[in-house]
Amino acid sequence: MGKRTIIPIGPYHPLLEEPELFKLYCDGEIVKDIKWETGYNHRGIEKLSESKTFDQVFFLVERVCGICSTSHPFAFANCLEEIANVEVPNRAKYIRSIIGELERIHSHLLWLGLAGHFLGYNTVFMWAWKYREPILDLFEMITGNRNSYAMFKLGGVRRDIPNQLIPEIQKHLDNFIPKLDLLTGAVMDDPVIHARTKGVGVLTKQDSIDFAAVGPTARASGVDIDVRRDDPYAAYPLVNWKVITAEAGDVFAKTEVRLLEMYEAVSIIKQCLEGLKKEKEGETEVIVKNVPAGMGTGRAEAPRGEVFHFMITDGGYSPVRHKIRAPSYVNIATFKKSCVGQTISDATITLAAVDPCYCCTERMAVAYDYYDHKPILSGIDLIKCSQQKTDDIRRKLL
Amino acid sequence: MFNDIFHFLVFPGLLFVATVGGILAWADRKITAMVQFRKGPPSLQPFYDFLKLLLVKETILPAKGSKITFLMVPVFSLFGATIAGVLILLPSLNIQTGFSGDLIVIFYLLAIPSLAYMVGAMASGNPLASVGASREMKLIMSYELTFFLVLSGIILKADMSIGINDVMHAQSQSGAFIGSLSGVILFLVAIFCLQAKLGLVPFDMAEAETEINHGPFIEYSGSAYALIKLTKYIMLFILPAFIAALFMGGLHWQGIDILWSILKILAVVVLLTLIRNTNPRVKIHQAMRFFFIWMNLFAVIAIILGMFGI
Repeated sequence: MGKRTIIPIGPYHPLLEEPELFKLYCDGEIVKDIKWETGYNHRGIEKLSESKTFDQVFFLVERVCGICSTSHPFAFANCLEEIANVEVPNRAKYIRSIIGELERIHSHLLWLGLAGHFLGYNTVFMWAWKYREPILDLFEMITGNRNSYAMFKLGGVRRDIPNQLIPEIQKHLDNFIPKLDLLTGAVMDDPVIHARTKGVGVLTKQDSIDFAAVGPTARASGVDIDVRRDDPYAAYPLVNWKVITAEAGDVFAKTEVRLLEMYEAVSIIKQCLEGLKKEKEGETEVIVKNVPAGMGTGRAEAPRGEVFHFMITDGGYSPVRHKIRAPSYVNIATFKKSCVGQTISDATITLAAVDPCYCCTERMAVAYDYYDHKPILSGIDLIKCSQQKTDDIRRKLL
Repeated sequence: MFNDIFHFLVFPGLLFVATVGGILAWADRKITAMVQFRKGPPSLQPFYDFLKLLLVKETILPAKGSKITFLMVPVFSLFGATIAGVLILLPSLNIQTGFSGDLIVIFYLLAIPSLAYMVGAMASGNPLASVGASREMKLIMSYELTFFLVLSGIILKADMSIGINDVMHAQSQSGAFIGSLSGVILFLVAIFCLQAKLGLVPFDMAEAETEINHGPFIEYSGSAYALIKLTKYIMLFILPAFIAALFMGGLHWQGIDILWSILKILAVVVLLTLIRNTNPRVKIHQAMRFFFIWMNLFAVIAIILGMFGI
């Protein structure tokens, strides 16, 4: 064993958006071993959850991650509805799936941009994020927020998607497909990107199973898992779609899986919109009076993989125990196999390729009259204000 | 004596090359912004950056490094780049530099900034900087040979004369070198060498922001980093100027030729910027293979073609 240098990646490093420390034990440029320290960002959400009511926990778990801010409420809703034994109306199922898939598109685009940035290809970074903008506009139109959508509640969703909005959403999606084609072409056909990503950070199928990797990380290694199909929830059993897998297990395969998943997501949303037209407007929830004592689990496929929630209730208004497992936590462990033996340049893009997520928060706003405590702006007014503000900012920048 | 000091410090020396370099650095950033659908910085931004670093920001020295070497490095790199700039620009102003072999001298002077960065990185005692320095060293070893082959090709085409003046003279008689097939190949090879010398994508692995945090420069701050930034501005001007002088019929500073000279330099800068915005960063061993095998091969082919006058 020769002399080894420790190359620190983090806790604050341009490669990472959230604080995390990776220590690369290097011999020259070759990474011989890797160790990591997490826990810089611990916020005690599970403990906090025990002091909140079920309705409040939805907003709390939404803030576990700013990018997959729907997948945690999704899993939490599945969990709570299992305990309360509630069947959600079809319209709410479709709306839930639409939000989940829109989030997948925006999250994968965000990752694609960041991956370009990590490779020094800042043009891909800027382009991917520019094309992500219409998706965020779509979110603003449907939910009123660009991030942290606050759409989920026990027994359904908080807001309906009015049928008159459906053609406009379809138009947005149709406009999005050519842009996605452009990005896919730019990434999949670039010989230099091939040289940088093919055969880099390979995670074999066996390693992927051994380390219990989830989501695109596992699917790129040929492990055919997807919670949406294996443990059906929301509207996923009602529409036609397929699980994307690749065999190679390298960074390129992970990119490929994510790019193709975006096409699947667009197709799922379109089918859900068709399904929405058949359901009666306004039937978006069932009223749940109380949650009985019990135990339950909920799973949801986040853009990064399986989100798992476990909860114990005692018939009161709050969880007695709430356990969350986020996908990045399991995927990070695969670095032990995929990074060792690579050069530093390869190790950094491999670290980024599982898409460890970071947090950004926004708050819900309601305008009340100070004296008689009546709401003075309706939801639609607030959305208009929000869109107006976005437009103003955009005009100022251009 | 007074003339020499004027030439070094004011025109076409430090003040001039730094100002034009700053403007070109802005052009580089503005074009990048346009490619990426952004707005880009205001036109004086490079100068604001430089002055803020020089006058406002604190200079922090590494506790475990060699402080004198660490601080000498920015000065050395700045002087190397400035002298190279003076030697490149003087012949186009019709001022004799006093000796005829300036092409060789410029070749060595242009290598000084990269070598200096390497020494500074080693002196800072930072592990990320040392990774950057080792990459810079490998990169220098790979592109310098290619760059020398390019210069040999030029010397051959200019009837074995090793002065910029003679090269420009030869071009004014027989047309710009870029007009011939061997000239085009040499020009393309030279552009890739420039990309590596300037540390731009795809050959920015020595700095690699998202891998090793700007490698050699990680410990530099305040006025020391301001001088490094200034060196980078200067290099962004003099290297395209050097290429324009060698391939594109030379630079002339009388009458309408001033416009042509500016356009030539700008064209090279735009080309460099576009390459840097349409490629990801390659790995160091890929870059070495690229220069050792492919670029050297093309340079040799061009030289052989040049011998037959094609």
